[in-house]
Amino acid sequence: MSEIFTVEIISPDQTILKQEAHEVTIPSYEGQMGILNNHIPLITFLRPGIITIKTNVEKKFYVEEGTVEFSNNNLLILTSTARDLANFEKASVNDLLKKAESQLDKTDTTDKERYVVSYKIDTLKEISQ
Amino acid sequence: MPSLDDLKKRIKSVKSTQKITKAMKMVAAAKLRKAQESAEKGRPYSQKMQNIILNLTKSINDPQNAPKLLVGTGEDKKYLCVVLTADRGLCGGFNSNICKLAKTNFKKILSEGKELNIITVGSKGHDQIKREYGRYVIKKFSFKDKKNISFNEADEVGKEIISLFNQNKFDKCIIFYNNFKNVITQIPQAQQIIPAETKNLKEGNDQNFSYEFEPEEDEILEDLLPKNISTQVFKALLENAASEQGSRMTAMDNATRNAGDLVDKLTIDYNRSRQASITKELIEIISGAESL
Repeated sequence: MSEIFTVEIISPDQTILKQEAHEVTIPSYEGQMGILNNHIPLITFLRPGIITIKTNVEKKFYVEEGTVEFSNNNLLILTSTARDLANFEKASVNDLLKKAESQLDKTDTTDKERYVVSYKIDTLKEISQ
Repeated sequence: MPSLDDLKKRIKSVKSTQKITKAMKMVAAAKLRKAQESAEKGRPYSQKMQNIILNLTKSINDPQNAPKLLVGTGEDKKYLCVVLTADRGLCGGFNSNICKLAKTNFKKILSEGKELNIITVGSKGHDQIKREYGRYVIKKFSFKDKKNISFNEADEVGKEIISLFNQNKFDKCIIFYNNFKNVITQIPQAQQIIPAETKNLKEGNDQNFSYEFEPEEDEILEDLLPKNISTQVFKALLENAASEQGSRMTAMDNATRNAGDLVDKLTIDYNRSRQASITKELIEIISGAESL
């Protein structure tokens, strides 16, 4: 039995990644979620976090939002914010962090937004370490 | 018969026009490559997005309670037409083809006694449409100062569409744009985006997945549908951008060739009349010498 399935990360302007993987961890809206092959069909959202793709080598992507579909051993991640951690400069991390923090200070931010932004800040802090 | 000087001036002016059209063709060709690339790269996203929506639609059991963006308001009275065109001219039939298609649709909608609202994107389309249908235009967008189209622009248009929908301003929304097939062929298209057109999509994958949703299905649809609208608009914008450059390249290529033909013709005329004047002078000299 093969334990491999396909992962695709697609942004509106290009296909960022298409490859085989043994295991993928995604930051779903309601918590971290690990996906192996033959997972049941699934549709979910992403919150800010890190996508980890495991094959022989490990790849990590930072995302802010997105939609995930899994069917027929094909994991599809639609997002406009995916950034490969391997070439994610520190300056832009700090930039995003500052923006996120200022958003949290605003009074008109809703609770739902706060929830999302707090995850964003946590993830960014983790990256910048 | 124009004088030699006049002909000379005309040849010169046609030649410089030719230079301009040639340069424009080259610029269009360079831009085309980029635009085509991004149009092709953008296709998977919108396609997959449509697929997800389709799969979601299949799993809806209760159409009455489904989100209105997906199934429509159930009425068919008010139409919103979004016409996507270029901001610049000199690109052959590109803008007129879209407008022609749009106008036939407008006529049909109006003749059926339905309400029509128009949003134009791109100034050229607005110019063509306002002559006849100016009073129906409720909003116009122009991204003239933007060098590259990004998702933000599409989102702007998408949000406008959705806010109009939420205000109950229309039941159906159709977008008009040029589909980029290849450099020579661009096909003007009308695509209905609200309610989502499901019958045109592949019926092939009939496997009835029972998806696991996280969070609830309604919540997913609520977030996904507006995103889908923007995605479709973005796709249309990208296709349009590629089509515009392709169309301009062909148009400018034709213009360069025409200018070349014209220069040839004028040069023949010029040489003929030069020859004629030489012959005339010779005759005058000879007949003058004979009379002596």
